[in-house]
Amino acid sequence: MIKVSTERDLRLDLFRGIALWLIFLDHIPSNAVSWITIRNYGFSDATEIFVFISGYTAAFVYGRAMSEHGFIVASARVLKRAWQIYIAHVFLFAIYLAEIAYVAHSFDNPLYTEEMGVLDFLKNPEVTIFQALILKFKPVNMDVLPLYIVLLFWFPPVLWLLLRAPSIALVASATLYALMWQFEWNIPAYPQGEWVFNPFAWQLLFVFGAWCALGGAQRLARWLNSPVVFGLAVAYLLFAFGIAMTWYFPRLAVFVPKFVGEAIYPIDKTNLDVLRILHFLSLAVITLWFVPRDWPLLRSRVSWPAIVCGQHSLETFCLGVFLAFAGHFVFTEVSNRLLTHIIVSVSGIAIMVAAAALVSWYKRMERQGPGPRPPSIKPGYAGGDA
Amino acid sequence: MTGRILISLALLVLAGPANSQNLAELPAKCRVAEQLVERDFALPRVLRAIAAKRLDILVLGAGSSLLPGANGIKNAYPARLQIALAEKLPGVAVKVTTDVQARRTAAEMMKTLGPALAAAKPALMVWQTGTVDAMQAIDLDQFSAALGHGINIAHSAGADVVLINAQFSPRTESMIALGTYAENMRWVALQQEVPLFDRFSIMKLWADLGTFDLYSATKKLDIAERVHDCIGRLLADLVVESAKPDEPHAESGR
Repeated sequence: MIKVSTERDLRLDLFRGIALWLIFLDHIPSNAVSWITIRNYGFSDATEIFVFISGYTAAFVYGRAMSEHGFIVASARVLKRAWQIYIAHVFLFAIYLAEIAYVAHSFDNPLYTEEMGVLDFLKNPEVTIFQALILKFKPVNMDVLPLYIVLLFWFPPVLWLLLRAPSIALVASATLYALMWQFEWNIPAYPQGEWVFNPFAWQLLFVFGAWCALGGAQRLARWLNSPVVFGLAVAYLLFAFGIAMTWYFPRLAVFVPKFVGEAIYPIDKTNLDVLRILHFLSLAVITLWFVPRDWPLLRSRVSWPAIVCGQHSLETFCLGVFLAFAGHFVFTEVSNRLLTHIIVSVSGIAIMVAAAALVSWYKRMERQGPGPRPPSIKPGYAGGDA
Repeated sequence: MTGRILISLALLVLAGPANSQNLAELPAKCRVAEQLVERDFALPRVLRAIAAKRLDILVLGAGSSLLPGANGIKNAYPARLQIALAEKLPGVAVKVTTDVQARRTAAEMMKTLGPALAAAKPALMVWQTGTVDAMQAIDLDQFSAALGHGINIAHSAGADVVLINAQFSPRTESMIALGTYAENMRWVALQQEVPLFDRFSIMKLWADLGTFDLYSATKKLDIAERVHDCIGRLLADLVVESAKPDEPHAESGR
């Protein structure tokens, strides 16, 4: 069975923290500051980073639990985590309902008669709320946590296989991805359609992250250090950047040969388009090239805000979704000027950092407990969650 | 999409007012969004119809092609389009008919499309859609397929097509993923080589600049009427520009 490394890689926390900030910025509708986020300059966005790192850390934390305490104990912990995420999702849904109910009650404009129809579901809440509880009804921007729940729900057997035959587990995951494209598998949603983040597709990135955590990264090291791979990654990022520019300057689209356009569009986020995976991998290759594991800035104060957010990702993510609602509320009710966008974005991130620091403090305190007790977490494991 | 609008804001500042011949005809309020009216693809059937001095247009749409009230039909953008086109095309008999009904997805509009085209025999079909599809979270592939299907039906009935995407609706932004569907329409438009009237970006620019207050909770119709008037005028610009003869439209960049 594979031995799980005991040293937590702070780069994971750093980039997951940054991904959480980007997700927050992207989730505030019409936020001018979201102009800086990576989705505007290529095919992939912060979701890929978040799912990959979540897979990596899940394998890191529960992989060790499974090696040390066995399948049952580790599975129980994974499922407990899935349950926590479910609770968090339902809590966010309650906040969402409150916002919708407020808008329905207070807003009326003849220009938007059609759009206000979206509030019709308030007329039959018994159906909607039930569908939300079984994760079929998911309001806009509330799709990531249900994906995470499903991925964790599947994770114990996947982890079991990853610890014994990592290559087979990865091939199985890729096969499932391929079969999903072949047979168009997805989970139905309410009132119709399918899940915005298809778990059959996104599991690939999660499992790949887990595979990397359990020794895959070392096996890839030869490739990751190759200048050829680095060059390919740069070339692909430039290509994606060029295509992204045609979205903003449609006149540039004439330089994109027709066959290229036909081959790449639409770039499917629901089913995790191959172009998006390649874009994420290219970003990862370049990041690893410039940010080594012992990067001095990782231990500095500059990186701390992102790292602490990344270490408490569930709390930070949920708070980010809530803050995005609140930020949008400020735009519509108070002011929609550029300065407001900047203030809302910056103070949102500041609140996320403060909350993550608070959670961190609570966890340290609880670990110390009422009396002297041996620490349950080994040194070097920087106190983060899966 | 935000980026696209920020860039148009920047262009607006850089380019200054005097770079279009249409300026004189447009009210100042609409004018700011002119940069967003792209003339990407030609409208050959409209060109022929203008040459023959008779331009029939069918507007196929859902609730955002309507305004409530007694004068709703007169003030909604299809009627404003007819007036603006008649002004821009003296001597041409312009007639806009509508097949507009609230709460229809792109696929649902297909049901009445055949008879509507047969009755109107238009040279141009202006197709407003995407809002209800976004509200019902219709599968994007199905949405794209419905658009492609409708464009083909219109083309084989002898009509050019202009697509109009959803309105920018700031209050409901955190509830409806309108942007995704509006972007999807851009891809379909590029693929099918039909012009897209990017109503979403235009209205977003108006909201950002404060041209129109799209946030206000008001029962009054005045802003809604002016918005529809501007959309009608800008749409008329798009139709006339796209139907200009003998000019390679790809090189018309600034």
